Amino acid sequence: MRDVDVLVVGAGPAGLAVAARLAVAGVGHVEVLDRELRAGGVPRHCAHGGFGTWLNPLTGPAYARLLTTAAARAGAVVRTGVTALDWAGPLSLTTVGPDGPETLRARAIVLATGARERPRAARLVPGTRPAGVLTTGELQQAVHLHGQRIGSRAVVVGAEDVSYAAADTVTASGADVVAMVTELPYSQTTPVRAQAARLRHRVPLLTDTTVVELLGHGRLSGVRVRHSAGRTAVLPCDTVVFTGDFVPDHELARRGGIDLDPGTRGPAVDGALRTSRTGVFAAGSVLHAVESAATAAEEGTHTARAVREWLTGTTWPTGVPLTVAPPLRWIAPNRVTPADHHPYVLRTTTLLNRPLLRVTQDGRVLHRQRTWTAVPNRTLRLAAGWASAVDPEGGPVEVTAGHP
Amino acid sequence: MTVTASGLLPRTVYDVAIVGAGVVGCAIARRLARHADLRIALIEAQDDVGQGTSKANTAILHTGFDAIPGSLEARLVREGARQLALYAAESGIPVEPVGALLVAWDEAQLAVLPSLAEKAERNAYPDARELGTTELYAREPHLGPGALGALHIPGESIICPWTTTLAYATQAVRHGVDLHLNSRVEKASREDGVHRLGTTRGPLRARRLVNAAGLHADTLDRQLGHDDFTVTPRRGQLLVFDKFARALVRHILLPVPTALGKGVLVAPTVYGNVLLGPTAEDLHDKHDTGSTADALAGLREQGRRILPELLDEEVTAVYAGLRAATEHEDYRIVAHPEQATVTVGGIRSTGLTASLAIADHVTALLADTGLELTPPRDLTPIHMPNLGEAFPRPCQRPELIAEDPEYGTLVCHCERVSRGEIRDALTSTIPPHTVDGLRRRTRARSGRCQGFHCGAAVRALFEGVRG
Repeated sequence: MRDVDVLVVGAGPAGLAVAARLAVAGVGHVEVLDRELRAGGVPRHCAHGGFGTWLNPLTGPAYARLLTTAAARAGAVVRTGVTALDWAGPLSLTTVGPDGPETLRARAIVLATGARERPRAARLVPGTRPAGVLTTGELQQAVHLHGQRIGSRAVVVGAEDVSYAAADTVTASGADVVAMVTELPYSQTTPVRAQAARLRHRVPLLTDTTVVELLGHGRLSGVRVRHSAGRTAVLPCDTVVFTGDFVPDHELARRGGIDLDPGTRGPAVDGALRTSRTGVFAAGSVLHAVESAATAAEEGTHTARAVREWLTGTTWPTGVPLTVAPPLRWIAPNRVTPADHHPYVLRTTTLLNRPLLRVTQDGRVLHRQRTWTAVPNRTLRLAAGWASAVDPEGGPVEVTAGHP
Repeated sequence: MTVTASGLLPRTVYDVAIVGAGVVGCAIARRLARHADLRIALIEAQDDVGQGTSKANTAILHTGFDAIPGSLEARLVREGARQLALYAAESGIPVEPVGALLVAWDEAQLAVLPSLAEKAERNAYPDARELGTTELYAREPHLGPGALGALHIPGESIICPWTTTLAYATQAVRHGVDLHLNSRVEKASREDGVHRLGTTRGPLRARRLVNAAGLHADTLDRQLGHDDFTVTPRRGQLLVFDKFARALVRHILLPVPTALGKGVLVAPTVYGNVLLGPTAEDLHDKHDTGSTADALAGLREQGRRILPELLDEEVTAVYAGLRAATEHEDYRIVAHPEQATVTVGGIRSTGLTASLAIADHVTALLADTGLELTPPRDLTPIHMPNLGEAFPRPCQRPELIAEDPEYGTLVCHCERVSRGEIRDALTSTIPPHTVDGLRRRTRARSGRCQGFHCGAAVRALFEGVRG
């Protein structure tokens, strides 16, 4: 058993940011573990722009390198190729790597284990089981990290930001995008991006359309799609990319018996990103699958402060549950204490035109806020100034979306 | 050691050709390999062993408690189960003796239990015992409400069907059997006492023929001039749930067969997942291994009643396998001495359990056709890489990692597959020819992310070795 001060699981944007901030603040030994051979998390294989800041725009890989370097320079120990397997105690984890097994005990643990896209099987898409069925994560790693050929004609399932990134990767690999397919009646990315794909790259977008069957033995030969009006068609292709539909990689949290939020399926946390287990924090996409790398990194920085306070001997407040009512899908953080001041991210299942968000506790209205149009699979934000009015002894706090 | 996957087949005249490298064909090849002087060919239409019915089944090592008493199947299942349990222990094939519960959900099913217990007795299985609801729910606390009782069959086990088939084939090849993949038999004829099989890789000649072609056994049998049986492919669709579901179920939960049909089972797998299925759909197309939306929805509906919390977990995989059902209730294992052939037909889902006993039976039948068998030798034992959760995986073995750090470097995180295991599989006696074959040998990319994290890295390792 080896003791460290803070153990961070996952060297993506959230994990690296929290480690960098803690190390800069002089918090003893801060160690970050990542099971991959290189640190950086998902941005490692997002070979496109949109990372960094306005003043310093970066590609995903450059951003991953920047965060990794920053954490190491700050004095955090970043160890890759090391997998955290399970809990060995309230604040200790068993790990394995090329140097063999090791148990690490910490004064605080931060779970920054990220998220993944639900693959074809989890989406229960019927049909045969041919080769050529991918998620964006596998596609991007295949093309950008390994230089692999993926096929020649690909259908992209989904029409949100990550779907367009997948379509770009297909094109970059030299293959054609046959079509993008979404069950929703509209694209869920920015109008500029949707137009560029449709007009400049001539990628048809099939809305109100579901993939109902995969065809082909050995290699994919096509996907059968069905429009909500009942028509079906076969799109001949040798590759299909299932995009979006992210779920948190919460294995370690679940193995530790840490409470999960029923909406996000990630660990339930309060505004300081404290989980139900004393001394264990969580940050990044494991809390909300998924938000941008910038959001994850910002959360890492944010929770660093709570980690430091915890190390100096503060108590571990429990807070009250924060829930959403349909058509809202989830909110994160999803517990609240009066001291919270970190803004919230939410998702909706249906399009809401400039909805009015209302925050109530035991019938008492804490906050009302008009927001921009809310689109499924896109971020919706809620300010946090109202948390100070929460009664920590009261019932759950609920967020509803309605029209005024 | 000879394993081929391309080019013309050798011009050798083999003593025995076995058509079909499923679990039964591989078991027969392994058994015949005990006779050192025999030249044996095991020929397979697909690019790997165990690719047909052997691949997608419910992975149960049966006791044979519910077989038809007095049938060939009943005897071979009973004998085979004993043999396979010993072989699995010796060879590192994961087996978990979890036991089975036939759960009765209505009065009609409850009324059948005593007769099933009595049938088990007649099948020389005396340990079946009826359980009341209290003990049933104590044994299975997550079982859905409304169960009326159960029959406990403590001897039923779960097993890795894939490792079993590969172990047989590997041991056979190591003892001189030639395995020829990608060789679909299209024609069969016999001249001057020698069979001539026309395959997609050219002709293959053998003095004796064993037809273990599974779903296609009737087609080959007709080419040999027989009309004993017809294989009607019976599709079984299965859902595999995330490892988090494993804590929900302790036994194999079997349906009680009644006149109204047979329900579905919920069973743990040796990999730590939970299976739900199978459906039973009679088809005509022997290649129709697709899943369907209606069947998956139906399975989920039945699963919800048996184990409600199961439905809250993610689905890791969906399979559809075809069972080789025939119009006969028993196995159709028939010798044709005048033709020097043995047909091994109608091997249903119990074939995995019975495989070693079928191999002995077929060997005896071959002797009846005039095959001269020298005294059998003992085969060098084999030790298969462990894919089961109940036994230590390489990443859990410090002594192994100390010797070779590659076993500590995990590539597939969901299933905890190390680079060392992938390397071993790629350089094994029967190496995989596809990434999917690598998956079956190691479990790499068969976990909950289905390759989101590791798919490209696994493919890179596969292509790196194969060039």
